[in-house]
Amino acid sequence: MSNPLISARGLTKKFGDFTAVDAVDFDVAKGESFGLLGPNGAGKSTIMRVLAATSQRTSGTVEILGKDPELFGPLVRAHLGVVPQQDNLDGELTVTENLYIYGRYFGLSKKFIKNKIEELLEFAQLEEKRDVKVEALSGGMKRRLTIARGLVSEPDILLLDEPTTGLDPQARHILWDRLFRLKEQGVTLVLTTHFMDEAEQLCDRLVVMDKGSIMAEGSPASLIKQYSSKEVLEVRFGSDRNKEVAPQLATMCERMETLPDRILMYTEDGEKLLEKITHAGMHATTSLVRRSSLEDVFLRLTGRSLIE
Amino acid sequence: MNAGIDVPTIERFGALYIASARLKSMSKWRTIIAAVDIGNPLFYLIAIGIGIGVMVEQGSGTSGTNGIKYIAFIAPALLANTAITGIMDETVFPTIEGFKWRKLFFAQNSTPITGRQIAIGVYLAALCRALFSVIVYYILLLAFDVVNLGISILLVPIAVLGGGAFGALMLFAAAKIEKEDQFFNILGRLVIMPMFLFSGTFFPLTSMPVYLQPIGWISPLWHATELGRESAFDYGISTTMVAVHLVFLFTLLVIGLLLATRQFERRLSK
Repeated sequence: MSNPLISARGLTKKFGDFTAVDAVDFDVAKGESFGLLGPNGAGKSTIMRVLAATSQRTSGTVEILGKDPELFGPLVRAHLGVVPQQDNLDGELTVTENLYIYGRYFGLSKKFIKNKIEELLEFAQLEEKRDVKVEALSGGMKRRLTIARGLVSEPDILLLDEPTTGLDPQARHILWDRLFRLKEQGVTLVLTTHFMDEAEQLCDRLVVMDKGSIMAEGSPASLIKQYSSKEVLEVRFGSDRNKEVAPQLATMCERMETLPDRILMYTEDGEKLLEKITHAGMHATTSLVRRSSLEDVFLRLTGRSLIE
Repeated sequence: MNAGIDVPTIERFGALYIASARLKSMSKWRTIIAAVDIGNPLFYLIAIGIGIGVMVEQGSGTSGTNGIKYIAFIAPALLANTAITGIMDETVFPTIEGFKWRKLFFAQNSTPITGRQIAIGVYLAALCRALFSVIVYYILLLAFDVVNLGISILLVPIAVLGGGAFGALMLFAAAKIEKEDQFFNILGRLVIMPMFLFSGTFFPLTSMPVYLQPIGWISPLWHATELGRESAFDYGISTTMVAVHLVFLFTLLVIGLLLATRQFERRLSK
């Protein structure tokens, strides 16, 4: 990658004896939407705090816009928009006051911020809530406001830690739409998520993380292609019988995962495989053929589900 | 990026941005702050000036207080104590809130603002609050004819200095503690209360048994009170002691701020 905006080599972060991030390498290019996918505790948020030029790393090198965030904290942060996992808006202040005060922390002029606020309120669909105290907003609105706040300084890079965790499906879709617009405008996005659908929707490229290490890297499509089959057949035989039929099923497909409640069979043609199973005299109580997803990639790489 | 961010300017004025945000938050509570800052001195001046003061003077005249009216004798202490409690409210609560309850400091630190600037900003805003409380109190002292307008105006900066010395330590303590549940009990009952009672507030420190006097020596309230009495009433303290009081308060202030800024940086960069 020529001139990446972010570059990490051997990035390690320890808390006492616990290694939260274990020697990870990655680059993020300008205009790219880069994701860190992994379950809770994989070390994603720790990496984000290092990238945000707030947390000190234990070892390794990190360069953001060509500068070490530990040595040039304020200078690096001047180019970042940060959306933390937990909203840290000032609930006692109104929507516009929150945006205004945050803009002042970047030393921006009153005039610039005033104009910017109008633009951001529209972007976050919060025009009607402009003078409402933040504590009265819904979870989705607070999240959109936090993102809008991160954009007040027109950052080169927007860091989003679990942007839609805790939101209902409708609020998630609104947020995805907003983030997609930013991506179209050429803003470099770095986001963490434990939702595979979110990673598939938003990321050009991602790393799959588990226990502080990177397990795989690539675009969602290439990862699926590399680590999974085209289709997945999910069958249920009832929790007692699943184990019983598993050995026989295993001979019928390329790869298989037996989960407590269902069996996942990896194949190029799901319908055909289902027919074969029925033909062999086994009758699944329920069955479902679907495309492979990043969830399957994660299962393959770690032997565990993303959301446990 | 074309927003026009000037990092050197932020490095110079960041603490003021934080202070002005803190003052904006405080202004949401202005009615309560004003009520407390006017009500509290009123109660003291009435209860002590008219009640206890009259009794004390009937008993021993003004011989125990170097010829000063009893209410005037305790006025510098009440002023300094007002600065101390005001600054404590505006350092301890915002700091615990900023690190723990609402994590506002982490939001501020995700901008070019540094932990050191956040600490100083919170402290400056707290000083402003203390200054306001002390000025209100001073005006009431004038209104109640406890002091005369003139050199006694020095009581105001001296009280704020006493508050500032204590407040710098409180800023550090609030940034240091992780579990705040017992902190408030200990602070209120084992620090503030004894300090208020044993700092020569209601009677000269020297009238206490020698083994209790060290409480006063380490108390910013005592040092500020003595300075206040000297400046307002020519209380008869030696120049050396005036210097000792000033040096003590400034040293406490500087040490407190150094510890606090370092602790803010540390806790934010974990």
